[in-house]
Amino acid sequence: MTEAPAGTAPPAPAGPVPAGPAQAAPAQAPAVLARAGRVLRRLAAMAATLLVTSFLVFSSLYLAPGDPVSFLVRGRSPGPEQLAELRHQYGFDQPFLLRYWHWLEGVVQGDFGRSHLFHQDVSAVIWSRLPSSLLLVTTAALIIAVVGVGAGIVGALRRGTRTDRTLMLLVTIGAAAPAFVVALLLRSLLGVRLGWFPTIGNGSGVLDRLHHVVLPAIALAVTFTALVTRVTRSAMLDELRREHVEVALSRGTPRRTVIRRHVLRNALGPIVTVSALLVSGMLVSTAIVETAFGMSGVGSLLVQSVDQLDFQVVQAIVLLVVAAFVVVNALVDLLQPLIDPRTAAGGSAR
Amino acid sequence: MTLLRYEDLSITLPGTARPVLDGIGLTVGAGEAVALVGESGSGKSVTARAALGLFPEGARTTGRVRVDGTDLVGADAASLRRVRTATAAMIYQDPRAAINPVRRVGDFLTESLRLVHGWTRDRARGRAAELLDAVGLPDPVRHLDQYPHELSGGMLQRVVIAAALTAEPRLLLCDEPTTALDVSTQAEILAVLGRLRRERGLGLLLITHDIELAASVTDRIYVMYAGRIVETAPVGDLFTTPRHPYTAGLLGSSPPLDAKAPERLVPIPGAPMGLLESAPGCAFAPRCRFAEPGRCDQAPPPLSDHGPARVACHLAGELTLTPHRDRPGDHHPHRNQEVR
Amino acid sequence: MTPDTRAAAARLGRPARLTRLRALGGSPLQRTCLLLLALFVLAAAAAPWIAPQDPTFGSLGDTLLGPGAGHWLGTDQGGHDTLSALLVGTRTSLVGPLAVVVFSTVTGIAVGLFTAWRGGRTDALAGRVLDVLFAFPALLLAILAVALFGKGMTAPVLAMAIAYMPYTARLVRGLALQEKARPYIAAYTVQGHSALFVTVRRMLPNIAPTLLAQATVNFGYALLDLAALSFLGLGVQPPTPDWGAMINQGQAAVLQGQPLSAIVPAVAVVVVVVAFTVVGESLSDTIAGRDPR
Repeated sequence: MTEAPAGTAPPAPAGPVPAGPAQAAPAQAPAVLARAGRVLRRLAAMAATLLVTSFLVFSSLYLAPGDPVSFLVRGRSPGPEQLAELRHQYGFDQPFLLRYWHWLEGVVQGDFGRSHLFHQDVSAVIWSRLPSSLLLVTTAALIIAVVGVGAGIVGALRRGTRTDRTLMLLVTIGAAAPAFVVALLLRSLLGVRLGWFPTIGNGSGVLDRLHHVVLPAIALAVTFTALVTRVTRSAMLDELRREHVEVALSRGTPRRTVIRRHVLRNALGPIVTVSALLVSGMLVSTAIVETAFGMSGVGSLLVQSVDQLDFQVVQAIVLLVVAAFVVVNALVDLLQPLIDPRTAAGGSAR
Repeated sequence: MTLLRYEDLSITLPGTARPVLDGIGLTVGAGEAVALVGESGSGKSVTARAALGLFPEGARTTGRVRVDGTDLVGADAASLRRVRTATAAMIYQDPRAAINPVRRVGDFLTESLRLVHGWTRDRARGRAAELLDAVGLPDPVRHLDQYPHELSGGMLQRVVIAAALTAEPRLLLCDEPTTALDVSTQAEILAVLGRLRRERGLGLLLITHDIELAASVTDRIYVMYAGRIVETAPVGDLFTTPRHPYTAGLLGSSPPLDAKAPERLVPIPGAPMGLLESAPGCAFAPRCRFAEPGRCDQAPPPLSDHGPARVACHLAGELTLTPHRDRPGDHHPHRNQEVR
Repeated sequence: MTPDTRAAAARLGRPARLTRLRALGGSPLQRTCLLLLALFVLAAAAAPWIAPQDPTFGSLGDTLLGPGAGHWLGTDQGGHDTLSALLVGTRTSLVGPLAVVVFSTVTGIAVGLFTAWRGGRTDALAGRVLDVLFAFPALLLAILAVALFGKGMTAPVLAMAIAYMPYTARLVRGLALQEKARPYIAAYTVQGHSALFVTVRRMLPNIAPTLLAQATVNFGYALLDLAALSFLGLGVQPPTPDWGAMINQGQAAVLQGQPLSAIVPAVAVVVVVVAFTVVGESLSDTIAGRDPR
């Protein structure tokens, strides 16, 4: 059993369950058909989850105290006439489900409504912030993959040594160190004290942007690196114990090759599955990191919109984060047969 | 010429009361088939793995294991690799566990050819297909592109045997090669092994708990108990005149392969000695119905010559043990026994 | 063959109820962590009496002081005594996660037991609903709750309880399904006891230790999430002392090279979360050693 995944969320006994029990295809049916069926079923499940999610996010508005229209335009105190016009403009004179349908139509086409804070389309506001957030997330993901998997491999291969114990202690601390604490330490030490990195803003120009993104990316990466290290280590240890590893060694295959081709290769399944579960936690953490470093991005936009009562923007970002999580995990499920061919047959691996 | 020779090999794991292996001496000549028989936990698998230089982690190892003259105890990586890639190969109990489940059968077969011997992909695949054919797997080229889970246990064991042959070894170590297979497949696999041995003049060390199976495949048998060799003899002698009570017990407790008239099987009373127990005298004495207090529980019996056999028993030469199963009138107290 | 049979035979009897949890013992690290947690709980309980100052009292003449006789941990940019704020802030920082863990565990137990007991279509449907909830990270749901109901603690705590619930529910469901397969449950059912009695009075005590271990680890994560919310300025509002809010307010001073007032609560957060993780993991190790399944 691999370690339970845990981001800002608690460890789960298992990740989101793949779509239904995939049935083994009849022996005569071409394998291609079975595979296509599996893909279609998974995609249908993904679509269903997205639909339910969108409905939840849409209807959350009606949980808010008071009239939905007045809630949406808080802070602008429109007159009664204006309010009636807005009610019509937003479609609140329509039945609930019809309004949901229109909203969903818009969302699918990238129309999330208007931001009253920026007097712009919500999608345009998000779009303009997206590149810097993507740079941050990609850089952090790179750190997580390289350092997390690397440290996990080292820990597994040196199990029980001082190196391993030190790594495991760092992992425990790292998993408990929230992004805002790491951000604080990095800014204080590498930013203010040593002056190596800027402590605020996005920067301009390619090199300056990269220079600005280093500390935030590290702050974002620390917790998730620790979790990936832990998963990698335990998955590697599971695989190292397998007989086929000893068999490969006993056939004279060099140890490094065995580690790469058999141990790491086979540990990839759990590592990828758990990493996919960390996606949503990581996207939410951009809100913390971007706020801490005074960066402009989608994460800081979310906080700003909550603060400034710009609910349509909040709604859009929440929906996008959840959708990204659902899509990434569906993709990982679909790619799983490439990592472990046993899953393609429909039976559960291991 | 001796292909494999254990000289006084002892292996002790930390935190255990007795050695896993205690002064093992065993030889396999070129082209000779030898069996090592014992209950689970007797140390027979550890013995087999030692012939490839695979010693348990953290263990203290003394003595020698010579494969074709090279001592593997404390050998450097280069000589270990030479033995593993050119002289000796192992066949494992569970073929499903022995093959990486996420790689293709062809990868498993060609891996060492390509990575160690530097063959091209096509040449290695050609050789792999030949070997699959040699172990009697029909349609070998198709199987190269399949994954292990698409093959049956018997087919996979043939793949494992084929993989062992890639190195053109002269010594084949078989660790319970048929235990995980169903009965009809067992016979086929044994036939394949026998044929390969004859055709290629392989030395064979068969590790098994099944003394009847050992007798059907090999010329000479070593019987192992609690990390020691307790008796060794040519197959014929061992079956007609077992000289160690444990051997007699094994013969009495296993069903004969050619069972015509069902005979009653007599289990050996008691349980094998664990690694956390030790005895000052003969390790088998607590389970031995002939054991004499004051004689058998003082010192471990040395392995000494008795006719064609070598036996480690204080009473060897005094006892007349029959291979017959459960004679009429011979009464055994039935205690809580583990039936194997 | 035989050891398995024996173990199976041992399992036939109903496992003894665990009356004492031996979290104590274990390594020095585990004992230290347990002691630290006890100290923090004590500090939370006694904060008003042991805090040297009123944490909301800011003396503008004493801003950003270093550690000294009057202020052991210095002061922040508002002249508030950091030690006092830390001690009083322990309360809000611990009560929030406690509420999250209690709510999510209770509802999770209810959902988990119910779905495991009913099985079939109910179970499948509940599984799908939980899948959707898994897609919402706790912090995101908490932020959405703030957007809807305004800043403060109540709405985010409830939102996070909902986000954490599926984890407990799925754990309970898995354990309950294992328990359900054991003979003692069938024995109770055959005797005509109600499902409620069997699941709550007979099944739950057997899975409670594992739940406690999970809840302990969850406590740490909930603390992180709530502190993050306060750090973003969306949770606990000043002048109520809270660790996350203290770090937020200390940000400006960091840029002036005076990070102490932010680092003190940051260290507290990390220490408490590490301690909860270590204690939770040692609990599950103890349970794993006691009852191998």
